[in-house]
Amino acid sequence: MVRFENVGLRYGLGPEILRDLNFQIPAHSFQFLTGPSGAGKTSLLRLLFLSLRPTRGLVNLFGHDVSLLDKDAVADLRKRIGIVLQDFRLLDHMTTYENVALPFRVMGRAESSYRREVIDLLKWVGLGERMDALPPVLSGGEKQRAAIARAVISRPHLLLADEPTGNVDPTLGRRLLRLFIELNKSGTAVIIATHDITLMDQYDARRLVLHQGRLHIYE
Amino acid sequence: MNKGSDDRGVLMDLGRERPQVPARARNMSPIVPRASIAGRALVVVVAIMTFLASVTTGVVLLVGASAAEWQSEVASEITIQVRPVTGRDIERDVTAVVNAMRTQPGIVDVRPYTKEESGKLLEPWLGTGLSLDELPVPRMIVAQVSPGTKLDLDGLRSHVTQVAPSASVDDHRAWIDRMRSMTGATVFAGIGILALVILATIISVSFATRGAMAANRPIVEVLHFVGAGDRYIANRFLRHFLRLGFEGGVIGCVAAMLMFGFSESVANWFSGTPVGDQFAALLGTFSLRPSGYLALAAQTILIAAVTAWASRRTLFATLDDID
Repeated sequence: MVRFENVGLRYGLGPEILRDLNFQIPAHSFQFLTGPSGAGKTSLLRLLFLSLRPTRGLVNLFGHDVSLLDKDAVADLRKRIGIVLQDFRLLDHMTTYENVALPFRVMGRAESSYRREVIDLLKWVGLGERMDALPPVLSGGEKQRAAIARAVISRPHLLLADEPTGNVDPTLGRRLLRLFIELNKSGTAVIIATHDITLMDQYDARRLVLHQGRLHIYE
Repeated sequence: MNKGSDDRGVLMDLGRERPQVPARARNMSPIVPRASIAGRALVVVVAIMTFLASVTTGVVLLVGASAAEWQSEVASEITIQVRPVTGRDIERDVTAVVNAMRTQPGIVDVRPYTKEESGKLLEPWLGTGLSLDELPVPRMIVAQVSPGTKLDLDGLRSHVTQVAPSASVDDHRAWIDRMRSMTGATVFAGIGILALVILATIISVSFATRGAMAANRPIVEVLHFVGAGDRYIANRFLRHFLRLGFEGGVIGCVAAMLMFGFSESVANWFSGTPVGDQFAALLGTFSLRPSGYLALAAQTILIAAVTAWASRRTLFATLDDID
């Protein structure tokens, strides 16, 4: 599903912050991406999400060499990827329901066709009573759950999550992890970038550890 | 490429435990909020531009119509001047010329100015009470040409000079040519002003679009995250700009139409006064024909289309930078 070969990344003329990355993300797999702060976890997620292009090497996503993709093809590929960012990126003028339903809306689906799915997912992540709230009045944890719901609602083939349990209590953290595991069981490959050892200890999964720009894989 | 993943069933199904969505939760807010676009300023700019463009077009149409009217009036007449020459009887020469003109094909009426009428023509320069017998005043003969007739001017000239050697024929061609150049210059200036107005509109709209895109950059980024293509995003913005351009265009066009209607009324009030006559001489009746109003309406649609085009062009250029 994802293949990196000798991938390097640098910003501008700065030093290479990701070096010689060689790995694969198989379909239906589950992995944690970890490493110290500044190791390049977010940059690697951005490479996987096609919002950055590598400065060298080959990135192959869903069978496509990303260096050959035009903007429309990138947009099509992104419909198959869900992403949860640390700063949530919710739209402040839309209700929680509308934010979560946004991927369906962009696909051009009628609201009646996805209403049930959105409501059920919002209830599952504990936002059933906050569907009509606007993001500015949500707490950090609620925003995070809304962002996760938006990333998983369209059942992506690949889910990328950057510190998805960073703002929630341990109970809710476990609940969200269960959501990711359910999603993975239904066929989505999941990559969770986290510092949270407790979270990683709760589920036996492959670990990708970034250290000084290089990736070490623990199966 | 396989698009989307919505064919893989639902993630979870709560069945009867499913809560109701409050109506305002799924009210489907616009993806790009209208308030986030500095619309009022753009509407005013487009309205002013449309007003200026409409006034320019209207004035060009008025001048063009008046000039065409003058030309057709002037072109349907020729003037023969008979100068007094020692040893010749000017009255006999005038009669001979009149008779000669009447036999010419295409001439429908010939009217010689009497000595008194010639005196009246000179009154503004020479004053009244002057005996014209003491002055060598030339005599004018005006001949009406039947519309659409092409006169053999050289033949006419030689015929007239045969009967009266001191006569000269003027078909006003030089004056008509000058009139044509003036009308052409007016239309050219009008097109130049229109081009400048449209250019200024494009620049204003481009700036407004850039401003709106900068203000809504977070929205654009989120839309990219959820897989929206540039065309989808551009269309969300474009519908706002189309509306703003159309609103501004209609306001500017209606204001210009009202101005022309009002000017027509004012021209009617001043009709008969020296000022009114001067204006009437320059711009005719100062009233736009229905086709003129249609031209202004068509121009408004053109400006709305230019607004949409400029906005679309800027949107795609900016989206290229944002990703």
